[in-house]
Amino acid sequence: MAAQDSYKRSHVIVIALLIILLFITVIVSFMLGRYSISLKELFNILFSRVIPIDTFWSEQMEVVVFNIRLPRILMACLVGCCLSAAGAAYQGVFQNPMAAPDILGASSGAAFGAALAILLGASSRLIMATAFLFSLLTVGMVFVLSQRTKGNKVIGLILSGIMVGSLFSAGTSFIKLVADPSNQLPAITYWLMGSLSGITKKELALAAIPMAIGLIGLFILRWRINILTLGDDEARTIGVNTNLVRLSVIICSTLITAASVSVSGLIGWVGLVIPHLSRKVIGNNYRYLMPASMIFGAIFLLVVDNISRNLLAVEIPLGILTAFVGAPFFIYLLTRKGETL
Amino acid sequence: MSIQVENLSFSYDKHEVLKNVSFSATENRILSVLGPNGVGKSTLFSCILGLLPDYSGKIEVDGEDIRNLSAREMARRIAYIPQSHYPSFNYTVFDMVLMGTTQQVSVFSTPGKKQIERAERAVERMGIAHLSHRGFSMISGGERQLAIIARALAQDAHTLIMDEPTANLDFGNQIKVLTQIKSLASDGYTIIQSTHNPDQTFLFSDLVLALKDGRVFACGKPADIVNRELIHALYGVDIELQSICNDAVRVCVPSFAAQP
Repeated sequence: MAAQDSYKRSHVIVIALLIILLFITVIVSFMLGRYSISLKELFNILFSRVIPIDTFWSEQMEVVVFNIRLPRILMACLVGCCLSAAGAAYQGVFQNPMAAPDILGASSGAAFGAALAILLGASSRLIMATAFLFSLLTVGMVFVLSQRTKGNKVIGLILSGIMVGSLFSAGTSFIKLVADPSNQLPAITYWLMGSLSGITKKELALAAIPMAIGLIGLFILRWRINILTLGDDEARTIGVNTNLVRLSVIICSTLITAASVSVSGLIGWVGLVIPHLSRKVIGNNYRYLMPASMIFGAIFLLVVDNISRNLLAVEIPLGILTAFVGAPFFIYLLTRKGETL
Repeated sequence: MSIQVENLSFSYDKHEVLKNVSFSATENRILSVLGPNGVGKSTLFSCILGLLPDYSGKIEVDGEDIRNLSAREMARRIAYIPQSHYPSFNYTVFDMVLMGTTQQVSVFSTPGKKQIERAERAVERMGIAHLSHRGFSMISGGERQLAIIARALAQDAHTLIMDEPTANLDFGNQIKVLTQIKSLASDGYTIIQSTHNPDQTFLFSDLVLALKDGRVFACGKPADIVNRELIHALYGVDIELQSICNDAVRVCVPSFAAQP
C-alpha cells in the first residue's frame, strides 16, 4: 500500500509542478510583446477588476491586457490543450503511438471548409464556423464509412480516415487553384499555416464551448482509454463496452480538434509530440497522462505563440514553428536513452 | 457447475469451425483443451467469453445463459488470459493488473482504494509484487503471464480461460506458471486452458477435452484418454506412452525413440 501511495503522490506532484509552470508561462506571456508591460503593472491591471486600485497606467495598456493579450493567451492554452489531449486519446483508441488529432480527417475537413468560405468571400467568423462544421462532417463521414468496412474496426477507421482526408485535401488544392491569386490565395495559404492573431473575446467564447465539452469528456473517460489500448477482445473480457467507449472518445476528440483547427488553422506536431513528451515524464497510464498532456500542450503552444508574435517584426505562422520545434524534439525523444516507448 | 457448454456450433461464413461441442468445467478443476492448430480452440474460447455471439447451442456460466449477461456481468464471472504479448504502450505491471478491476467502478471513474488493494493482493498472490513498478514489456515472458493472471484475479472472476498459458515460455517459466495455475484451481477457481503439450495434461490437468475437426473427439481424465491412439488421431504422429515414478506421471515418447 505504501509503495502505491508514494507512486501516486509522485504523479500528483508532477502534475502540480506542471500547473505552476503553466501559471508562470501565462504571466510571462502577458508581459511579452511590442507594448511591454511590467510585472507590477500587470498585477495592478488584473486586480483592478476585482478590487479598487488607483490607476497609474494608461488606458491603452489596459486594452492591450484585456482585449488583445488575454484572449490570445487563453486561446493558445486551449488550442494546445485540445490538440494534445486529442492526440493522446487517439493514440490510445487506435493502439498506435503515431496517431495524431488529424488521423480521422478533422484537419483536412476544416481546411477544406475554411478554403471554401474564403473563396466565397465569407467573414472571419463565418470562415471559423464553416471550418468547424466541415471538420465534424468529415469525421462523421469517416465513421459511417468505417462501419461498412469488413474486419478490424480500428484499421477500418484509420484507412477510411486516410481516404476521406485525402479527398478533402484534393478539394482544398482545387479551391486554391481557382482562387483569386491576388487576395484569396494568400488568405487561404496563410490560414493553412496556422495562426492565433486577431483572436477576440467573442471567438474565444464561441470556441470554448465545444472545447470544454470535449476536454471534460476525455478527462472523465481517461481510465477507460487504458483498457482500449489492450485491443478489443481483451478489453471486452475485462467488461468494457469497447464500441461505446471508442465512439465517445472519438466524439470528444473530434469536437476539440474541430474547434481548435477552426480558430487556429492547421497546427501540426502538437498532438503527436506533447503526448509522447508527457509519456516520458509521467508514464503511459491515462489517469495521469491525460491531465499531464493537457497542461503540457497548453504550455507548449503558449510558448510557441510567444515566439510567433515576438521573434520577428512579422508574425511567424504557428504551423511552421511547431514543425521546426516539434520534429527535432521528436527525434530527440526517439533516440534518447532509457526505457523505450 | 461453473461452465456448461451444450451442442455448441460456430461457423465463420460457410466454414464450420465447431460442431456440437458439449462439455462442462467445474470448480477446483483444470480442464485442458487439446488439439492441433486451427482445430477451433481459440474460437471455442471466444464463444465462451461472449466475443462471438453468432453461435448456436447453449453456453451457461454459473447456471446462467451467457446470452442474457452484459459485458460487465460476464467480466465478473469469466476472466481471459490471452497468450503472452506486448501491449502498444509500456504500462507498469501494477497498472496492467489494476486494469482488471475496471468493471468494479462506474464508467466515469477510475479505480479507487478498494481496487488498488485488490490488485495488490493479486500481485502478491502471483509472487510478482517486487515487479509492480517495472515496465510490462521489460519483464520476462513468464512474469508477463503471471501479471496477466494477476489481472484476472483482480477482476474477481472465478472462471479463468487461458489461451496456451505456457506458449513461448522457457522450461522454468512453464513450470512456474503451471504450478501457479494448479494452486489457483485448488483455491476454487475453474480453469480452462488450451495446450499443445500432451505431457502437461498428466501433470497439470484434471480433465482433457480433445478436439478434432471441430468436434469433441474424447473427453475425460488424462490417464483414461490420453494415449497412443488419441495422439495419433489428433496429431498424426506415433508415440509410445511411458509411465514413470510409479505411474504418477506419464510421458509421450515419439515412437522412433521408444524402440527397444
